[in-house]
Amino acid sequence: MSAEAAHHDHGHGHEGGGASHGSFGGYVTGFVLSVILTAIPFWLVMARPLESGLWTGIIIMAFAAMQIVVHMVYFLHMNTKSEGGWTVLALIFTVTLVVITLTGSLWVMHHMNANMMPMSVEQLRHQP
Amino acid sequence: MMHTDTAPPGTAPVFHHEEEHHPETSTLLGFWIYLMSDCLIFAVLFATYGVLGRNYAAGPSPKDLFDLPLVALNTSMLLFSSITYGFAMLAMDKGRTAATQAWLAVTGLFGAAFLAIELYEFAHLIHEGAGPGRSAFLSSFFTLVGTHGLHVTFGLIWLVVLMVQVAQRGLIPENTRRLMCLSMFWHFLDVIWIGVFTFVYLMGVLQ
Repeated sequence: MSAEAAHHDHGHGHEGGGASHGSFGGYVTGFVLSVILTAIPFWLVMARPLESGLWTGIIIMAFAAMQIVVHMVYFLHMNTKSEGGWTVLALIFTVTLVVITLTGSLWVMHHMNANMMPMSVEQLRHQP
Repeated sequence: MMHTDTAPPGTAPVFHHEEEHHPETSTLLGFWIYLMSDCLIFAVLFATYGVLGRNYAAGPSPKDLFDLPLVALNTSMLLFSSITYGFAMLAMDKGRTAATQAWLAVTGLFGAAFLAIELYEFAHLIHEGAGPGRSAFLSSFFTLVGTHGLHVTFGLIWLVVLMVQVAQRGLIPENTRRLMCLSMFWHFLDVIWIGVFTFVYLMGVLQ
């Protein structure tokens, strides 16, 4: 599907420096995929068909990642060709920084909590 | 770099070949880089929420506070506004000014509905005593979701300004360029919202 979108972008990306505005079909496809990828995580959390909270969490995170890719491809028309590859380069750089910021913060602060706090978060929560 | 490689050996590198790939203006690339820097702001706020999000200070937890049907409604408003903005861009491509304006107006209404629902939620939380000063969790929650809401607010202001400009001048190249920038901004905000409803609301209620 993405190959088809890329091909379409190539055919119509003539104005505005190779930026394409997509097609009606592309927007509708992106919208339908987004609705599905939004509805399933909400259903998983509201109805809790899965017992395991951990697996539900992992699955909704995976759905979020997929939906971000869908938005990037169908709504933001990301491809490796636009602006001579500079947009995708900036995106890769940003994603790298975002991953470092998020995992670094959570990791470091988790260890700070585990090693330096006299009480765990759960204990603090149940304090009177 | 690539172009110097393709030059035959012995000839000087032909630099003017690179010009062909450059757009007339680099506004869109520049705006994309702005969005990426905005993405970093949100990454820092997400990291702050990730670190502080479970420090309830014996106060209410996400499970007690968040109303998922309302969040789902909010999410659908933003998603609808994304596709209607897409339709505005398609109408703009065909040079249909009236259709562009109509779709922009619909986008604005969905955006305003999103903001209204979010403000209702915030007012409800503060009324329940779960304001930003209650706990570290609520401070980081209001900062993250509030920053996203502020972005939507400025996006709406921008949208109205552009509608006025299109009404005055029509779909001139300057206006289409501006509409393309706002299009990226608007879809980008929807991408950030995916992170918000997954990481803050769904994961919050799950715990």
